[in-house]
Amino acid sequence: MSAELNSLHGANVHGHGAQAHGAHGHAHEDDHGAGHASFGGYMKGFILSVILTAIPFWLVMGGVIEDAQTTAIVIMAFAAVQIVVHMVYFLHMNLSSEGGWNMLSLTFTVIIVAITLAGSMWVMYHLNTNMMPVHDMRQLP
Amino acid sequence: MTATVHGAPSASGRLASGRAASARPFYLEEEHAHAEGSSTYLGFWIYLMSDCLIFAALFAVYAVLGGNYAAGPAPADLFDLELVALNTTMLLLSSITYGFAMISMEKRKVAETQMWLGITGLFGLAFLAIELYEFAHLIHIGATPQRSAFLSAFFTLVGTHGLHVTFGIIWLVTLMVQVSKRGLVPANRRRLMCLSMFWHFLDVVWIGVFTFVYLMGMLR
Repeated sequence: MSAELNSLHGANVHGHGAQAHGAHGHAHEDDHGAGHASFGGYMKGFILSVILTAIPFWLVMGGVIEDAQTTAIVIMAFAAVQIVVHMVYFLHMNLSSEGGWNMLSLTFTVIIVAITLAGSMWVMYHLNTNMMPVHDMRQLP
Repeated sequence: MTATVHGAPSASGRLASGRAASARPFYLEEEHAHAEGSSTYLGFWIYLMSDCLIFAALFAVYAVLGGNYAAGPAPADLFDLELVALNTTMLLLSSITYGFAMISMEKRKVAETQMWLGITGLFGLAFLAIELYEFAHLIHIGATPQRSAFLSAFFTLVGTHGLHVTFGIIWLVTLMVQVSKRGLVPANRRRLMCLSMFWHFLDVVWIGVFTFVYLMGMLR
């Protein structure tokens, strides 16, 4: 009977290991969401994010790289990595949490966010360009 | 406790309506709690994703309008990166202390949980105080939201994040009262877990703010 419980609750529905549920079969509730917290995980995430925050501030405040464009690209790359670090170590994201629905909704949101940001900037940049009074008015009919 | 009952397709549906009539109350109780806890986190996560879309729209507005200074001050004239670095430190520290609160919660140590929650709240307040100081300074030197499109977009984006932190702190204090009254019961643990996601999510948004608004602003 215990084995059936495990197969129903542990492996199929939530993707947790059967061992965890075998040990304390009635305590499913704690194993959801942010339930995989550990001191080491939080410290690892914290140290990584301190480093990933300090470097961009140092690059900009110290004027380390001459070219502003290059600096911008580098600090955006650091931000992207830091967001992933926070997602993994603080928000405990992984492919199997909530049966994959977490990651699915995140993927959907990232796509929408990318369309919103890139689309707005692309459209408004071209709008600004074409609205500029660059035409030679004497050539108008 | 029979496996056949557990596996019956309509078992959980009958549970909610007919608990009193059931001959297996001990079993139904457990099943009920399980279903409730498991859907809360996914639902809250989807709420956070919708919040993410709000911030995406505000970031897009800032990206479009951030260069329109209306012959007013530009980011390089206004921003104090040392202050922003201090602010970022406060929020980062509040994230790790909330993590410690979660670890204490899982060990069912009420006093320790309360202490870490309190420290998290203090770091959150420090963040807010620094941000309000910055806003007050900007308004004092005439860089108000109505000065230019850049400043309107700046105050809306950073202010919305600050408002989220404000409500997070109110929520935190509410939960500290709840925990002091009822201890770390399952409902309170679930609430603390949701606030944990909210708090860490705000930290993720702040990464975008300090990179995109402050650091990139100084490069313009």
